[in-house]
Parts: sequence; structure tokens; C-alpha cells
Amino acid sequence: MKDTPITSWHRTHGGKLVEFGGYWMPLDYGSIVEEHLAVRQRAGLFDVSHMGEFLVEGASASPFLDHLLTNPPSRLNVGQALYSPMCLPTGGTVDDLLVYRLDEKKYLLVVNAANIAKDWDWVSQASQHWPLVTLTNESDTTALLALQGPLAQSLLQPLASIDLNTVSYYHFSPQVLIDGVPVLLSRTGYTGEDGFELYLEGTAAPTVWQSLIDRGAIPVGLGARDTLRLEARLPLYGHELSETITPLEAGLGMFVRLKQPGDFIGRGALERQKSEGLQRKLVGLNLVGGIARAGYPVMDAEGHAVGTVTSGTHSPSLKKPIALALVPLQQTAIGTPLSVEIRGKMVSAQVVATPFYRRDTHL
Amino acid sequence: MNIPTHLRYTKDHEWVAPDGTVGITAFAQDALGDVVFVELPEVGRELKAGEAFGVVESVKSVSDLYCPTDGTVAAVNAKLAEQPELVNQDPYGEGWIIRLDPHQSGAELLSAEDYQKETEGA
Repeated sequence: MKDTPITSWHRTHGGKLVEFGGYWMPLDYGSIVEEHLAVRQRAGLFDVSHMGEFLVEGASASPFLDHLLTNPPSRLNVGQALYSPMCLPTGGTVDDLLVYRLDEKKYLLVVNAANIAKDWDWVSQASQHWPLVTLTNESDTTALLALQGPLAQSLLQPLASIDLNTVSYYHFSPQVLIDGVPVLLSRTGYTGEDGFELYLEGTAAPTVWQSLIDRGAIPVGLGARDTLRLEARLPLYGHELSETITPLEAGLGMFVRLKQPGDFIGRGALERQKSEGLQRKLVGLNLVGGIARAGYPVMDAEGHAVGTVTSGTHSPSLKKPIALALVPLQQTAIGTPLSVEIRGKMVSAQVVATPFYRRDTHL
Repeated sequence: MNIPTHLRYTKDHEWVAPDGTVGITAFAQDALGDVVFVELPEVGRELKAGEAFGVVESVKSVSDLYCPTDGTVAAVNAKLAEQPELVNQDPYGEGWIIRLDPHQSGAELLSAEDYQKETEGA
């Protein structure tokens, strides 16, 4: 078990520490609901230093990543980022990740903590056929802080060496000074709010963390990170995506570029799945009278088991239970009545449009 | 940690009052975090000591409630359907869960002092 550069701060500031992805991480600092609402209404600060970072560079970096990922990074401009699944030849999902184009021939991949070792093996293996690609695992030395919420920009601006209006959604600036510390700053996040992610040397992270807290950022743990991403219908690997769930089934077709030429790992299987028609797909559910949790069975109107809940919680923003579930394609229409078996009882559920929560995008 | 001396406790962090009222302790609600759902038993149900009679759910977790003594459910706290957060706000008062009547005194129950030792060992 490892500590992040901020773990000792969490310990001394009321963080309830849990093991996640091999790191001691804060689940919450007292109230998941309050932390969740702080991100929706003000600005929350997350230590997500457990995430993994791989550098991919060399003359073949672009074609290699276009082969590795379902959403080709070569079309990015330098200074731009994208989200992509990474698939097995079966179409199942190895992981989902962010790709930053640092340079013409240099990219940063940001992967899930629980998958760092698996992904490193997978990417290394795939790169064997690409002699002009060099990989570096920077996971252990890189810290990642996420500042999220409607007040994120105004809170961060006085500490920043650039005008933050120049960093647009899914873009980044590679060398911003935040409180004098060099940071890769991107306008990205996992909460459904506006916000930034700061990649920096682990040794410098506690200073930046403290500066942001001193300016009023509320520390937020992984518990609220999960409820925030679920309201925004952002997938969590191991729940909505896995080696047996394809990105198409998870509703991530826009990140699988089947219309573009060029082969990528999993393309054949995903094309086949698309042309033959999906057997099942991810839907949003509202429930009345109980909270569905991952793994609970989903029944159709006749009471036949037809699917499974992938994630479920009580939504702090909507103040009611919400869930995501994989169900047969014929049960995915908005309004379809279903039920979820909760501790032996049938609780009625209905397919609803997602995301469950969408921020006001008034500018 | 608040552990009233007039109550008796289980190692599973329930309390029972002399009148048969049952709830969860301040320690338990703090460990659970924000309580968002409480599943209550039906009035009239007969329970054995140690039997699971309901569920308390926080945002993150699902925990069974265990009956501290033998008894019959005489009342349930209906307010918890709309305000489950009462379990957090006032675990020994407004956040009570059920009342047993009649109920056994329960020889296996812990005093406040013994319960405190349990929580310190946790």
C-alpha cells in the first residue's frame, strides 16, 4: 500500500482513509453529501494522485496510439486532449483513459489506478511491434489534483501564471505556474462540472494543495467523486466497462471511430457487434423505494431476470436513488418499466434519459 | 463519542432503551456517513436477539440492523422514510428506529462502559 503526496494531509484533516488501487485514499472527510454539493455549487479539490501516467513518444507514437485506442489521438492538435477506451481484440475493454498530445511525437496517457500494472503490460506488449516508440511509466512520481465546480476558475486564477480563459474544454497548457509551481493544467474532470486537473511533481503537490485549500477549495474524497460521476453518467472502469463489456454496450460509441479508416485493436469485433446489433446496452434507472447497488439483478415487466445494475447510489443532487444497468436492447426505451431485486424484494424502476444531472451551461 | 449510560448496547452498534426503543449508536452513524435510506420491519413482527430486522444505507454502503433482544415490533419510526438523516443528526433521540414491546432484558447486552471499550478496540 502506497501513500500519495497528500495522504498525510488527509490523515490529519479528518479523512476516512480507504485502500483504492493500491493507495491510501480519502473516502470522505465526514460527509459525502456535503462534499458532493460543494462541487456542484462551489469548488471541490480532489487528490487523485493514484491515477497512472504513461509517456508515449517517438517517431511512431501517433500511428501506434491510433492502433492501440478506439478514438485516434493523431487527430489531436498539440495542447489538446481526448477520452478513449482501449480494447481487447474481442472488443472488451482493457481500460478507459485520457490522452494528452504534448508534442508532435509525444503523448501522455492517464489510466485508472487499479489498472496501472495491467495497462503497462498491455501497452508494452502492443509496442513490441513498434520499434520507434518509447514508453515511460511516470505514475509513481506524478501527482494529480482536480479542482472542480462553478467557482474553480475564479479560485484558481489568482494563483495562475496565465489567463485561464485561454484553456478551453479538453485543452491544456503544459507549463503553467500555480503558486510558483510548474503544472500541466487541463480543463478536464470527472464530475460533470467545469474545472481543471493539475499534473505536477509529487514533491511539489502538498504546497499547491494547501494553497488551494487556503483559498477556499473544499477537500472532496472518492465517495463524492463516485456520486458526482454517476450523476453525470461518466463510466467507471470495473462497473460500466470491463473486459467483458464493450464501449458500444456502455453507450460510448462516439469514442469508437468505426467510420474512420485505419485498424485498431478490437475494430473487427466492434464492427461485427455493431452490424449484428447490440444484445444489451447501458441505461439510466430511477427507482422508487430502494437504492440499487452494483450487481443487483434487473427484471423485466414480467419478472424475468434480464440484466444487472452496474452502479447505483442515492443522488445527493436529485435526492433520490439513481442507477446504471446493462439490459437487453429491447428494454432500453425511455419509460420502460423494469424492477430491481433489492434484498429479495422487487423495487420498481423506470428507464430514464441520462445524464441524471447536467449543469447549466449559461455563459 | 457520545454513549448514554441509561442505554444498553450490542457489539453491532445498536442500542436499546429500558422502554424497548432501538437505534444505532453515534459511533455507528459516524462510521456509516450520510444515511440516505432506512428499511424498517413491519409492526407486529416477532424478532429474536441477533436477528436482522432492517437495513440502513448510507451513500456508499448497506448495513444490516440486528435486534438487540427478543421482542415484538410495536412501532417503527415512520419519519425516517422522509428524513433518514435523523439517524445522523440525533441517533439516540429523533433518529430511533423501532420500539419493541414486549421485550426481554437481554443478558448479552453491553453497558455504556463496556460498549465504549468495544469502540476503542475497533
